[in-house]
Amino acid sequence: MSALVCEVRLTQGRFTLEVSLESDARVLGLAGPSGSGKTSLLELLAGLRHPEQGRIVVAGTVLLDTAHGIAVPAFRRRVGYVPQDGALFPHMTVQANVMYGAVAVSDAGAPDRPQALPALEAVADALDITALLTRPITHLSGGERQRVALARALMARPQLLLLDEPLSGVDRARKLAILPYLRALRDRWHVPMVYVSHDADELALLADEVCLLEGGRVTPSGHRDSIPR
Amino acid sequence: MDTTIWATTAFTVLMGLLSTLVAMPLAMGVAWLLARRHFRGKPVVETVVTLPLVLPPVATGYLLLQMLGVSAPVGRLLDAIGVEVVFTWKAVVLAMVVMSLPLLVLTLRTGFEQIDRRYEQVAATLGASPWRVWITVTLPLARRSIVVAALLGFARALGEFGATIIVAGGIPGQTQTLAVALFTFIESGRDAEARDVLWVSLALAALAVLTVQLLRRREGQP
Repeated sequence: MSALVCEVRLTQGRFTLEVSLESDARVLGLAGPSGSGKTSLLELLAGLRHPEQGRIVVAGTVLLDTAHGIAVPAFRRRVGYVPQDGALFPHMTVQANVMYGAVAVSDAGAPDRPQALPALEAVADALDITALLTRPITHLSGGERQRVALARALMARPQLLLLDEPLSGVDRARKLAILPYLRALRDRWHVPMVYVSHDADELALLADEVCLLEGGRVTPSGHRDSIPR
Repeated sequence: MDTTIWATTAFTVLMGLLSTLVAMPLAMGVAWLLARRHFRGKPVVETVVTLPLVLPPVATGYLLLQMLGVSAPVGRLLDAIGVEVVFTWKAVVLAMVVMSLPLLVLTLRTGFEQIDRRYEQVAATLGASPWRVWITVTLPLARRSIVVAALLGFARALGEFGATIIVAGGIPGQTQTLAVALFTFIESGRDAEARDVLWVSLALAALAVLTVQLLRRREGQP
């Protein structure tokens, strides 16, 4: 069984997103022009939108099956979501942001979260944010915000992590500085990721497989080198 | 100044505080539903909540009086359990709640709508239940709107007259608020007392509105 199975159909006005994909990739890259439905697809996987019909299975757990009336709410899916600018909570410090997921998970109880939570120190160290923990969010650069958002998502121990163009707002130098952290995330914590990006270089460095989304439809999965640069 | 005016002021402020305490949770729930949810009958809820803003206050008071009468279901129920509302302090609070509710809901709804939904969505993906998202993300981000709404609602409650006089009367020492006292003094030609009540009312209203303006200025709003 594939780690990720996603067959969904969502209609928004005249636009229809119709995706059918299966993947075992550690990092599944998702490329495509603006308006092709990339963010909508991530929101469907995270449970933030609901398709007319579809089926989503992550690591053997059925998260959505409209035919059988199954729709696991977002807060029970264990699918982490990091939007473009990180969406850090502006009323909390960096540490409170990072710990938010861990506390919410602890509150929800352990049964559906069999793996122990990663230690804050280990995550902070891996993403190099230890020195930032006591700062307010307003004192962070674009790259630092993204690393904090990644740490926050990781602390909730997701079974799938969705990254929506996480490096689109940072310059090339910062991008090159952050990419190793993302690779560490992939290799150290073994969290499968769906990584949306316009940048073929980013996808080549991170993704095992790449899908192209155009006009709401996805082309068959292929090797990352198949993406035009 | 007449000591009864101070007693009336204290009673009015107490009723205003009580009504704000009662109205705020209700208004927050309704405002959040209107800001964040699409449901059948939403225009009906919006209309009902807004009605006291456009209806003559006396008409709202009369409607409440009809609802609380023993011929109406609500009135019968209250009568059966021995709760007396009409022409008591509870009627003063009720009138203040109903009349300040539209202002509270409008202010809070705008506040909730201004919160970027992604914060709430991301919180959910981090494992936070809807209730936890509401407590830890929505309310803290809407705190300024909540404080402003409470102050505006309190100020509106202090000035409430039309509905109060119909449903609670103006019994001195029991249900008489500053606005009702002012009307009574003017009507009976007691100009000195009327002026005293006017100054107290002006001072209270100005203090509430000034605080709202200062809070908005801190938020960078015009």
